[in-house]
Amino acid sequence: MASYKMRKIKDRFMRILVWLALLMALIPLFSILGEVVLKGASSINLNFLTQPTPTVGEAGGGVANAMQGTLLAVGLASLIGVPIGLMSGIFLSEYSETKLSPAVRFFNDVLNGFPSIVIGIFGYTIIVLSIGFSVIAAAFALAIIMIPIVTRTTEEALKLVPATVREAAIALGVPRWKTIVSVVFSGAKKGIATGILLSLARIAGESAPVLVTMGYWRWWFAGLDKPVANLALNIYIFAISPFENWQALAWGSALVLVTLILGTSVIVRIFTREKY
Amino acid sequence: MFSPYKFEIESLNAWFGSKHVLKNINMKIKEKAVTAVIGPSGCGKTTFIRCLNRMHEIVPGAKVSGRVLFNGMDIYNEDVDPVQIRRKMGMVFQKPNPFPMMSIYDNAAAGLKLNGIRDKEKLDSVVERSLKLAILWDEVKDDLNKSGASLSGGQQQRLCIARALAVEPEVMLMDEPCSALDPIATAKIETLIRMLAEDYTVVIVTHNMQQAARVSDFTAFLYLGELIEFGSTKEIFENPRSELTEKYITGEFG
Repeated sequence: MASYKMRKIKDRFMRILVWLALLMALIPLFSILGEVVLKGASSINLNFLTQPTPTVGEAGGGVANAMQGTLLAVGLASLIGVPIGLMSGIFLSEYSETKLSPAVRFFNDVLNGFPSIVIGIFGYTIIVLSIGFSVIAAAFALAIIMIPIVTRTTEEALKLVPATVREAAIALGVPRWKTIVSVVFSGAKKGIATGILLSLARIAGESAPVLVTMGYWRWWFAGLDKPVANLALNIYIFAISPFENWQALAWGSALVLVTLILGTSVIVRIFTREKY
Repeated sequence: MFSPYKFEIESLNAWFGSKHVLKNINMKIKEKAVTAVIGPSGCGKTTFIRCLNRMHEIVPGAKVSGRVLFNGMDIYNEDVDPVQIRRKMGMVFQKPNPFPMMSIYDNAAAGLKLNGIRDKEKLDSVVERSLKLAILWDEVKDDLNKSGASLSGGQQQRLCIARALAVEPEVMLMDEPCSALDPIATAKIETLIRMLAEDYTVVIVTHNMQQAARVSDFTAFLYLGELIEFGSTKEIFENPRSELTEKYITGEFG
């Protein structure tokens, strides 16, 4: 009897501990979100969303050019990074009998742990030195940051699909590639989508690699081989500036960036919702 | 070339890495009959059945030698596409494995759909025919859009049989199809197997000797990767030639 009572007490204690840990994890999330919304909301208005960066001393101005730049750089980076990451993930999960796989997996993890500034400098030496600061250079660096995240999450998501499901399809006389594309993928699409979202959120918020590949730019998009403004960089530059209206712009930019990321993940969630 | 045999297996050997799991198997499997493969766990019976539709080789490190003639043609010949071979043979696994993301209808139609057939009328008729063949139609005809995973274990297994039948195979390969099912569901599947034997060649792996005795016309006894005895089920169970077979059947080991 005593031991049962003891067990109950221990159970209650551990439960409280788990709840406290959950609370501790949620406090920073909601306080950041709350602060960004509170301080950013006041600077959001039509001008803010349609005007480009103001010059020093100029009142008003907005982040339209930075939104344009972030969407372009992130979009272009995804065009490069998502297919490569997906394919590598498929290779690691579905063709793991090759001797190459452990090496690929290892270097992928190493790449995942690289400081993003190093990847930015790599982009600088490879692209900026030949064509100059540009959207292309930023997209290249951001794509390299994306690839290991997408690869890893795709591999994990595909591995969760039971082997028996693959065997069922293969025994029906479905070729291996078709089995992967039609059966395995549909079972893993939620996990894969989550991985892509994670990587999008990560690169949309990167500022260091963008700074060394695209530089700081205050004007509109003028071509993929030219630089353009960027939300994450805006936050960095505006926040450390001494001007009050710029600091307000930094909060606004943060709110726009967070909204873009949250919005994308809600849309993707709706599209990958499971039928059953 | 007429032969009453669907499969003629000649010196079949199989390995997993360096582990020799099937040793020099020679056997002839008759058309439109049920052949049961029995033996204790780890004797190679699952590997054997997976060699018949070239599923063994999809496991990394797996190897096969010897010949398996299917309708007189060696399926291990270099020019033979294993995908084409598998389309002629339906396979049912130990654990029911309907595609979890698909409805009952899509599961039954999967073999056709995944191989590019889109004609709605054709799909409808194939789904109905194969679900009827698998004696599942009456239970699911109003819920065809529900998930295949929502069915009971026995229903799921019959759905898997329907899925295999939908591609009009010549052979049904069943790997312990009842091992995860209760006695009532098992009885239904056994009735189904007897019915299927009128049109199909059925090979069934089972660790349940009563089941082999009930459903099969021929029985093969495998032990440690070797074919110990093969003959009509009546002979094997009533008058086994090998002492080992007798011991296994009477439950002295296994």
